[in-house]
Amino acid sequence: MSEKKNNQVSRRTFLNYTLTGVGGFMGAAMVAPMVGMAVDPLLQADGEGDFVYVMDEDEITEEPQRKTFTIDQEDGWYESQAERVAWIFRDGNGDILALSPICTHLGCIVDWGVQDDHPDQFYCPCHDGRYDKDGVNIPGTPPTEPLHVYEQRVDDGRLYLGRANPR
Amino acid sequence: MLAKIYEWIDERLDITPIWRDIADHEVPEHVNPAHHFSAFVYCFGGLTFFVTVIQVLSGMFLTMYYVPDIENAWNSVQYLQSQVAHGQIVRGMHHWGASVVTVMIFLHTLRVFFQGAYKKPRELNWVVGVLLFFVILGLGFTGYLLPWDNKAFFATQVGLEIAESVPIIGPDIKTLLAGDPNIVGAQTLTRFFAIHVFFLPAALFGLMGAHFIMIRKQGITGPL
Ligand code: HEM
Ligand code: FES
Repeated sequence: MSEKKNNQVSRRTFLNYTLTGVGGFMGAAMVAPMVGMAVDPLLQADGEGDFVYVMDEDEITEEPQRKTFTIDQEDGWYESQAERVAWIFRDGNGDILALSPICTHLGCIVDWGVQDDHPDQFYCPCHDGRYDKDGVNIPGTPPTEPLHVYEQRVDDGRLYLGRANPR
Repeated sequence: MLAKIYEWIDERLDITPIWRDIADHEVPEHVNPAHHFSAFVYCFGGLTFFVTVIQVLSGMFLTMYYVPDIENAWNSVQYLQSQVAHGQIVRGMHHWGASVVTVMIFLHTLRVFFQGAYKKPRELNWVVGVLLFFVILGLGFTGYLLPWDNKAFFATQVGLEIAESVPIIGPDIKTLLAGDPNIVGAQTLTRFFAIHVFFLPAALFGLMGAHFIMIRKQGITGPL
């Protein structure tokens, strides 16, 4: 008799399990949609960036030029025009390079050739980050990777830029 | 009059033991600055609580005017600060209190650390205390964006870049905080607002409750 009882689920245990299960299910059903809402930004598909006309190809020099252009930006329900900046030049091989000015250290804005000691480098004033002309970070300064590069398209002698990507 | 009301209620509900249990106990001599001036270091915990109460109350009143919308946030702060009666004072309390509460919790932590008050049996309360510290830092970080001026915007930009520099999950953390992988904008402001006035205060209250129950249960550490 007592042996048999050991294998049995008592009424109390059964009710405990059932209530815990049902309660857990109700709790999960309640919380799941809320968590979904919170993590929605991770689930959103990454929108294809549009290409925007920035300058004519024959204006591009070997010296980096600072160009601004506006893109249509969609931030949830808020649509706006946002300004972008690119440093545009021809590199040693004659290829067009359009660099983002956003420092890869902590996001300040870099400037070209403003330091007397390093006239041919990009310089970030926040923590003295530096990059060579091709946008590659100088070892020993805070940035950990090269400046991001805008996607580019040349059409009919006109340069169009898309979004900036890490290299 | 008040005594009569108290007696009337106490006769029916017997509330005296409830508050006695919470409030009626002696302050030990070694933590009383009136006995040993150096005991002022024991005040930092209470001061942290006091300033937290100011933050919660002033924050509640700020939300009567503040809107978490990028078109209007700055204007609403400007209005409550310059047009609303005593708005400047209430915003000032919240603004300066945010720094004071951080300094106070830090001093309190130093006191507990250097006195070794975190040792057995109080390890759990140290853990809760560290969580409280992070919650306060989180409140400071999310609150700082709300006025939506240039300083707020760029401080958040940098804060999010720091979050992004975490290995592997960094970019996801940033997106979750900002509401968008690339933009600090409308969705960032609503998120930060929700976190600032609902999520973190809820966590704060829960942790403070646990903190105080544990202190009451274990008592304060003895003299060094
Ligand atoms: C320890 C707790 C808290 C800390 C450390 C804190 C910190 C801050 C900070 C640093 C700001 C920016 C203020 C400025 O730049 O002038 C801010 C703004 C704000 N906080 Fe808090 N806060 C706390 C609790 C709360 C609570 C509980 C609420 C509401 C229930 C609240 C509501 C607000 C609102 C509406 C603003 C925007 C108005 C403004 O910027 O002046 N805060 N908070
Ligand atoms: S943000 Fe550019 S060096 Fe730190």
